[in-house]
Amino acid sequence: MERPIRVLLAKPGLDGHDRGIKVIASALRDAGMEVIYTGLRQTPEAIVRAAIQEDVDAIGMSVLSGAHMTLFPEVLELLRAQGADHILLFGGGIIPDKDIRALQQMGVGALFTPGASLQEIIDYVRREIAERRKAQQ
Amino acid sequence: MDKVAQGKARWAARAAQSPCADDRQFITVSGTPIQPLYTPLDIQDLDFEKDIGFPGSFPFTRGVRDTMYRGKLWTMRQFAGLGSAKQTNERFHYLLAHGQTGLSVAFDLPTLMGYDSDHPRSKGEVGRCGVAVDSLQDMEVIFSGIPLDRISTSMTINAPASILLAMYIAVAEKQGIPSWKLTGTIQNDILKEYIAQKEWIYPPAPSMRLITDTMAFCAQHVPKWNTISISGYHIREAGSTAVQELAFTLADGFAYVEAGIAAGLDVDVFAPRLSFFFNAHLDLFEEVAKYRAARRLWARYMRDKYGAKKPESWLLRFHTQTAGCSLTAQQPENNIIRTAYEALAGVLGGTQSLHTNSMDETYALPTEHAVKIALRTQQILAYEIGVANTIDPLAGSYFVEALTDQMEKGAEAYFAEIEKRGGVLKCIEQGYFQREIAEAAYRYQRQIENQERIVVGVNRFTEEGDTGTIPILEIDPAVEHEQCVALKRLRSERDNDKVQRALADLRRVAEGTENTVPAILECVRVYATEGEIVDVLRSVFGEYQEPVLL
Repeated sequence: MERPIRVLLAKPGLDGHDRGIKVIASALRDAGMEVIYTGLRQTPEAIVRAAIQEDVDAIGMSVLSGAHMTLFPEVLELLRAQGADHILLFGGGIIPDKDIRALQQMGVGALFTPGASLQEIIDYVRREIAERRKAQQ
Repeated sequence: MDKVAQGKARWAARAAQSPCADDRQFITVSGTPIQPLYTPLDIQDLDFEKDIGFPGSFPFTRGVRDTMYRGKLWTMRQFAGLGSAKQTNERFHYLLAHGQTGLSVAFDLPTLMGYDSDHPRSKGEVGRCGVAVDSLQDMEVIFSGIPLDRISTSMTINAPASILLAMYIAVAEKQGIPSWKLTGTIQNDILKEYIAQKEWIYPPAPSMRLITDTMAFCAQHVPKWNTISISGYHIREAGSTAVQELAFTLADGFAYVEAGIAAGLDVDVFAPRLSFFFNAHLDLFEEVAKYRAARRLWARYMRDKYGAKKPESWLLRFHTQTAGCSLTAQQPENNIIRTAYEALAGVLGGTQSLHTNSMDETYALPTEHAVKIALRTQQILAYEIGVANTIDPLAGSYFVEALTDQMEKGAEAYFAEIEKRGGVLKCIEQGYFQREIAEAAYRYQRQIENQERIVVGVNRFTEEGDTGTIPILEIDPAVEHEQCVALKRLRSERDNDKVQRALADLRRVAEGTENTVPAILECVRVYATEGEIVDVLRSVFGEYQEPVLL
């Protein structure tokens, strides 16, 4: 049997608004995924370290503070530096369209903004991880 | 009553036969079931004198002042803070010129967490969610040209509240205004930070000491200042129900009162300076009932449990902000309408001060245009629709009185549970509040997903391409760089011997039991930075780590 999808959820930076990420954590878990939540105020280094140690398929980061243009690229960079860019980096928060486009060009996956539905997020993670697993076989 | 009961039975029988009979359950935004019809039967246990009474009289269900809005309208206080001190100062002058009657400062995350702008953890966050304040120098710029004896200022600051208050006092000193003339509020509510907003620095015990120090200092030197704004707003934004917001907020309030009494303060000295901050969510009647129940509960507990003798100690005065979490990214103009109804709830509930959110806040900090519409919403409410003409107009409504009573009972059930678990601090350690709120948030989101709850533009009445249709404010990344340059210059130009002496004295005071505020004020006056002051306190008090709860 294929192993369940493992997702690390993280709140980087100084922002303490964790309503969204906790709702997502419950939704992904109810959808049968294994969810590891790091808690608040993680540095990019700590997030990448935990993701590698926990052997996750994806990292989901929630940023509502406006620091997304600093935090997402840093995590992406560290994943690449450590040869772990098979891990999907996706996220959500208050992120303007223009920045979403820029981040996706760098290699970040989907970025969900207010109003996204839980089902959309679940479907995206399932689809994306299935594709990545297939590509690695 | 028998006649009413018979009438109700006849009506219910007819309604059940109606071709439009509907056995769906109707619920409030928080999930409280609502009956199809309320009658005198639902309020038969209510005693007018004891439960409702007159405005300005115990138990203050109908409002804290005899004349309410006929005597004085609520303060229109739009929360603002963005980018640099200079930009924020410009926004303040803009808002004052358009008729705003009080200021409200939003600080950026590094300021809230006690980091200077050039600290590595501040990277990418400077000036983003509010204004960056590193030292007295920034506060001087923020309030430049604003007479602090004539305008009241609310500052949303918690863990470092006493430092920012000290800076405000120091700015006033420079304007030649004595501290006893200052009016305003610091949020200074650390308990709700542990519960919901999560911007803490120190562990609970020393945090509570900083708060009681501030209460004692202000009672003596800044007597018109509200020393804590006990905040349910963030608890609600984190996903709580209305009853949870009411219960957890008042429980926090009682914890501050108990801390003040334990610190040897007279309850009648500090209690009149405690104020509250509630959310105004979408469910009009539930919100009104929440505010009315809050006043009644607070008055009763303050008088009967905490032995406060002055009527001012019994008053629950509150600021309201419309619910940011109710706004949608889809069809953002709809947010103007949501905000207007929420503001109406705040006013029907007797708020003393109101912030109306701007339509663009699901995207970014508001633009000038959006914030002006939000302010105009309040002005229309105040001057055009007649809602301020009479006091507590919903009193006596069978529904509203029944709901008020139900809210009160719901809150008391929570108080009993909190006490059973060993009090507010124990509940925080156990993650009790955090879990209750997270569960409510998930429940709410699932109701939206299942269409049990309709959100216009999100799960019904949707349109293609309905996002991104309004202009968005951008914060220039140069703000961070400029802030760091200014900080470097400050550190080289100030009298560093004086700074070191002031910081050493603060350490001595923090290690002992003396009031910390005068030592903080001295540090601020010689331009020690916020980060330097927090570092001293952090090294003495330690840092709080939240247990990871899921």
